[in-house]
Amino acid sequence: MEGRNGMNTTNSGLLHPSIEKVVVMEGTHAASYAVKLARVQVIAAYPITPQTSVVEKLSEIVSDGELDAKFIKVESEHSAMACCIGSSISGARAFTATSSQGLALMHELLHWAAGSRLPIVMVNVNRAMAPPWSIYVDHNDSLSQRDTGWLQFYAESNQEVTDTVLQAYKIAETVSLPVMINLDAFVLSHTSEPVAIPKQELVDEFLPARKASFKVDTSDPRAFGALIGPEAYMEMRYKLYQAMEDARSVIREVDRDFANMFGRSYGGLVEEYMAEDAETVLITSATAVSTARIAVDELRSMGFPVGLMKIRTFRPFPVDEIRALAKHVRKIGVMDRNVSFGATGIIYQETKAVLYNAPDRPAVFGFIAGLGGRDITPETINEIFSYLMNHEEPVSEAVWVGLKTAGADRPEPPFPENSAAMKRSDGV
Amino acid sequence: MIEIRMHGRGGQGGVIAAKILASAIFKEGKYAQSFPSFGVERRGAPVLAFTRADDRPIRLRTAIYEPDHLIVLDATLIKSTNVFSGLKRGGTILVNSSNPVELFAFPADYPSASVDAAGIAVRHGLGTRSIPIVNTAILGAFAKFSGLVGIESIVEAIREGVPIKQDENAAAALEAYEVVEAAIDVSDRSRFSSEENGAITVK
Repeated sequence: MEGRNGMNTTNSGLLHPSIEKVVVMEGTHAASYAVKLARVQVIAAYPITPQTSVVEKLSEIVSDGELDAKFIKVESEHSAMACCIGSSISGARAFTATSSQGLALMHELLHWAAGSRLPIVMVNVNRAMAPPWSIYVDHNDSLSQRDTGWLQFYAESNQEVTDTVLQAYKIAETVSLPVMINLDAFVLSHTSEPVAIPKQELVDEFLPARKASFKVDTSDPRAFGALIGPEAYMEMRYKLYQAMEDARSVIREVDRDFANMFGRSYGGLVEEYMAEDAETVLITSATAVSTARIAVDELRSMGFPVGLMKIRTFRPFPVDEIRALAKHVRKIGVMDRNVSFGATGIIYQETKAVLYNAPDRPAVFGFIAGLGGRDITPETINEIFSYLMNHEEPVSEAVWVGLKTAGADRPEPPFPENSAAMKRSDGV
Repeated sequence: MIEIRMHGRGGQGGVIAAKILASAIFKEGKYAQSFPSFGVERRGAPVLAFTRADDRPIRLRTAIYEPDHLIVLDATLIKSTNVFSGLKRGGTILVNSSNPVELFAFPADYPSASVDAAGIAVRHGLGTRSIPIVNTAILGAFAKFSGLVGIESIVEAIREGVPIKQDENAAAALEAYEVVEAAIDVSDRSRFSSEENGAITVK
């Protein structure tokens, strides 16, 4: 499947006729320029590290007259989401961005946005929750918003950030649900790398202006957010549930349409890498996938049948994709950059849950790594694959990788063979 | 893949330099990536910035532990931090200092040079005498010393990448380029070849 991901395209991938120009830019700006291309009409946001430069750049773009949008400065993230809800309910295409504590402060209104079936798109720069204060990456902030009714995407490269923002509006406006696009703090948000910026006229064709089915309009009065009794609430919840189910096929379809027009595809809900004939597959998400590809290549070159599954969407969760994977692999490892206290890593829980009622149930192992910005290196991934190949059954529900605390449940090195060769030779 | 690690202090422009370097490398048809390692974001605090260059897309998303090239924007960091950590055998060292490089007594198998980037920056009105902004001057020196990237690409990337004083920054880079000598026997190796690892042990 090499070549499907935006980052895996060769130089020719940067020469596709849909491309206006290729610019070396930060992950945050990769989001800003996509918002401009999507012709967003209302932007409301409150600054928080490391999200700030997403909206800083957008404020420049709006003040320079390059984007005809209302830029609303607000006093909190709660107000930012309230502005997005208000503008979206009146038919506008709305955007905000936040991170960590800011996302937590929005929590009440995240439910409101999804319950109102508003196609708001938000960029969340994944930053660990405090205390202790951290500005570095992990995924507990967004995963804590699991049950709010938002679609959640996790990006691996700056190109995927740009492309996913464009796909997100199309998906959101098709299923009438809000979408959160997550990118790793600093490891992606502040990494500069080449990003292909598509031509505006092609984006306009891919993503026409929003047509809201219902909106606040004085000439066509309606009530929004009214009190609903037990006779109808549950049906409205069922419709929201169904919309999220429908999102699965919409995500795949939009990704295919995007590929036809722009030449880049991300596989829909997941992307598999070397998984077809693999015996042991690691499931993970976000930038760790990019680094894990290197470890998989190295292990493959030594003859180990390993592969990867990248979780691109956490909501909807890729149920069918994981069940299909389970049919042909012996072991699945899940590396979570998050932890649910009193349980395990969150993607690990969800992976096990979708397999319980499936006929094929390979052994599933849970690993926790990279919390609070702890670097996930090819060695981290090698350590996990080594553990997977040395164990037939899980002996722990949460193996912490790279932990400094003595006595913790963690993998024991070394790798069975070639342990010297497991060390990264030259970064590739 | 070639990895460059920059050691500076907050306010010297190291993070922007790493990004400009990535843009310059990309202009020459290579893939490039830059990534800052922010600690406490304040003036004077040690800051690391990383740049990678390769002839294929760069998938590695980690800090740089074993650089091919070191750029030191403030020589006092050599005493207070282990700037040499993981430097590959034969890796290059470029230091911003008005002192001759011999004074640093770097091991002979690590090509090294010093350049008075601070003095050059001050002459071109970049920052102040006490806090000169040395990032663009050091990039000009790096272009010549490493042979990794052309000065034309560096100057073009500087003009696009600095918010103000484009002419002054470009002139500082060009002056530093002129005064530094190219590292002998490094240019071939540094052009995207893979190289055997070896950790440096100097203090």
